[in-house]
Amino acid sequence: MESLSLTLDQLGDALAYNSVPTWDSVAHMAMMAALESQFDIMLETDDIIDFSSYNKGMQILAKYGVEF
Amino acid sequence: MAFWDDIRKRGSSIALTTGEGEVLTYASLADAADELERHLDAQSIGRPLAFLLAENCPEAVAAYLACLRSGTAVAMQPSRIHAHLLASLIATYDPKFVILPRERASEVPSGNPRWSGGRYVLLETPAAPCAIDEQTALLVSTSGSTGSPKLVRQSYRNLAANAASIAEYLGITTADRPITTLPMSYVYGLSVINSHLSRGATVVLTEHSIAEKEFWNILRNEAATSLAGVPYTYEMLKRLRFSRMDLPSLRVLTQAGGRLGPELVTEYATLCRDAGRMFFVMYGAAEATARMSYLPPDRALEKPSSIGAPIPGGEMWIESETGQRLEGPDVVGELVYRGENVSLGYAICRQDLARGDDRQGVLRTGDLARRDQDGYYYVVGRKSRFIKVFGNRVNLDELEQHIRAQGIECVCGGQDDKLRVFLVDATRTDTVLRFVEQLTGLHRSGFEVKVIDAIPRNESGKVNYASLS
Repeated sequence: MESLSLTLDQLGDALAYNSVPTWDSVAHMAMMAALESQFDIMLETDDIIDFSSYNKGMQILAKYGVEF
Repeated sequence: MAFWDDIRKRGSSIALTTGEGEVLTYASLADAADELERHLDAQSIGRPLAFLLAENCPEAVAAYLACLRSGTAVAMQPSRIHAHLLASLIATYDPKFVILPRERASEVPSGNPRWSGGRYVLLETPAAPCAIDEQTALLVSTSGSTGSPKLVRQSYRNLAANAASIAEYLGITTADRPITTLPMSYVYGLSVINSHLSRGATVVLTEHSIAEKEFWNILRNEAATSLAGVPYTYEMLKRLRFSRMDLPSLRVLTQAGGRLGPELVTEYATLCRDAGRMFFVMYGAAEATARMSYLPPDRALEKPSSIGAPIPGGEMWIESETGQRLEGPDVVGELVYRGENVSLGYAICRQDLARGDDRQGVLRTGDLARRDQDGYYYVVGRKSRFIKVFGNRVNLDELEQHIRAQGIECVCGGQDDKLRVFLVDATRTDTVLRFVEQLTGLHRSGFEVKVIDAIPRNESGKVNYASLS
């Protein structure tokens, strides 16, 4: 959330890359780094570039054993 | 003839492709430019000024070429420029035409639609005639991220000369297929388009960033041969584990837009050497159209902290503070450049558009540099207070003034990719974070706020920037 300067109510199905002005390529990479350190995982290239929406991200994180 | 007048003769070769269905031959690009050109006939005396909000798309390239071909001076702006900044620039320069994506047309209430094509519309405003110097082709932002009205005035000769020089040292041919990684409104992004169109190559135009899967699909499907990056691009590529990607078509990587650390230069130069690719470290400025020097790929491992040697047709030297040429090797002074690509000068208001050639081909870069015995240059610092954050130039003095105008005492400092705002009043931290984020559009990871006891000043009351870090 902090990587994209978002509030809680902006999270959800509609959230996707470029759907909010703060989710651009710079923010994307910052968010990936934050996720990697928060959950102590190492994302593969394909997952980093596939992480294009909130829902997609949830699926990818699940693959790494991250549970919500 | 300049490359923009020459495009039709390249006929059925492919000029632009988006990788998402749109393909334009040079002839059809000339047709698209001609069509728009017919509507750029201002019903007034003097040359018109146009604003172009340029996405990396065929409509924007055609509109840019139409302006060059019709003698319409064009100010390039990012397609996502903040509405307030756009309104303020339009109020300052009062352009006759605004060419922009259809969905933003309502932001120019005085504009009447004259033409539309694809996603773009051409608006004509009731602006009074404006005196514009006859050499002026293009106006580009110098410190886009601080929303300054200051624009660099580039001439037709500047554009033609720099495109030809870049095409020469990169060895661009009709077989090249660069994929866009930078906005066309940014001089480096535009120089990629100019230099390749000047040689009849095919530009793969995309708005997708390297953080998106679509970008890599397009690169592979379109067999792109080169990509351009600012330092931040190369840091992202490293995180994306670029070294492990299978990209057989890619032959050339270029880097400019700020200093890339010698460790990363060495890393990319090694990777490229092993993969049979060429890695060009380059140096330039909007004030020099785009490019001033480049490091030949075969010297990158030997001189990874060098900005290289002057581009074809350019000349560089080092000057003392009193303006004397310093001839010996390894003497530090201001880096000065001379060449046909040195811009005419700046504009900060509409009246400045009438100005002629203020620089007469010589640019004092504001960078402190030295030259080695082989004639290669090294930037060791800056005379002026600019840093680059993720490829955006941030004028520290200007930013400081903006924050102080909010009634907040502060000092701005830091280094490339890490802007620091020093505050005395800790309770204003969040306000400043938000303000800087909104004003500059920079991501939070590119700047931080530090609280200090007092603003350090020397005897004469000047801020002692060197004591802050």
